[in-house]
Amino acid sequence: MTVRVVAFARLRELLGFSQCEFDLPDGARVDDAWDVLVAGVPAIADLRASTRIACNGGVTEGARALRDGDELALLPPVGGG
Amino acid sequence: MNRFAVSEHPLDAAVLENLVCDDKCGGLVTFSGIVRARSDDGRDVSGLAYEAHVELAIAEFEQIAREAGERFGECAIAIHHRIGDLVVGETAVVVVVAAAHRAATFDACRFAIDALKERAPIWKREAFVDGTTEWRENRCTDEAPG
Repeated sequence: MTVRVVAFARLRELLGFSQCEFDLPDGARVDDAWDVLVAGVPAIADLRASTRIACNGGVTEGARALRDGDELALLPPVGGG
Repeated sequence: MNRFAVSEHPLDAAVLENLVCDDKCGGLVTFSGIVRARSDDGRDVSGLAYEAHVELAIAEFEQIAREAGERFGECAIAIHHRIGDLVVGETAVVVVVAAAHRAATFDACRFAIDALKERAPIWKREAFVDGTTEWRENRCTDEAPG
């Protein structure tokens, strides 16, 4: 299946993209997608605990099963206002 | 004009005030967040770059407004946040609250800006006069100075 990942702020800079599509095996979960990202850019590994991940517009858990076409948004600690 | 927005265009508090104020409005409080020249750690700032997950940020603004109504009673709220490159003196965020009486307007406005800073998926990178830049995270509301 194909999942789109969108990244913001520090994570966008570290990953080198604001959005990118990834092929994942069927049955993959949010945490598996994160592991694929870490494999490409190990520097983000320590940021998982402080990163919220939204799936299709709603913040979700790492154990959530992904479906083809899902969009994951990587949300680092916020700084608005 | 929507009450809740994330925009690359300069913000106008008067526009938001007109959005929320009607003949039920006995009080109106406006908070404007401004880009200041000195960072919390004392460095000279030349500007800020904001980015946002726009869809989620607007949904969060709407949720904050609902919660404010539950906590402080009926009130009308508008929240606009700027994104893109801002220089010192520009307005980054405007929160406007209108209600029948003053207590709810002050309380709801304070609640809304604190909640926005804590939760809304918006990020800022400070640019300093010395040419360096740094992503700046908000501290938790409980730890923030008054």
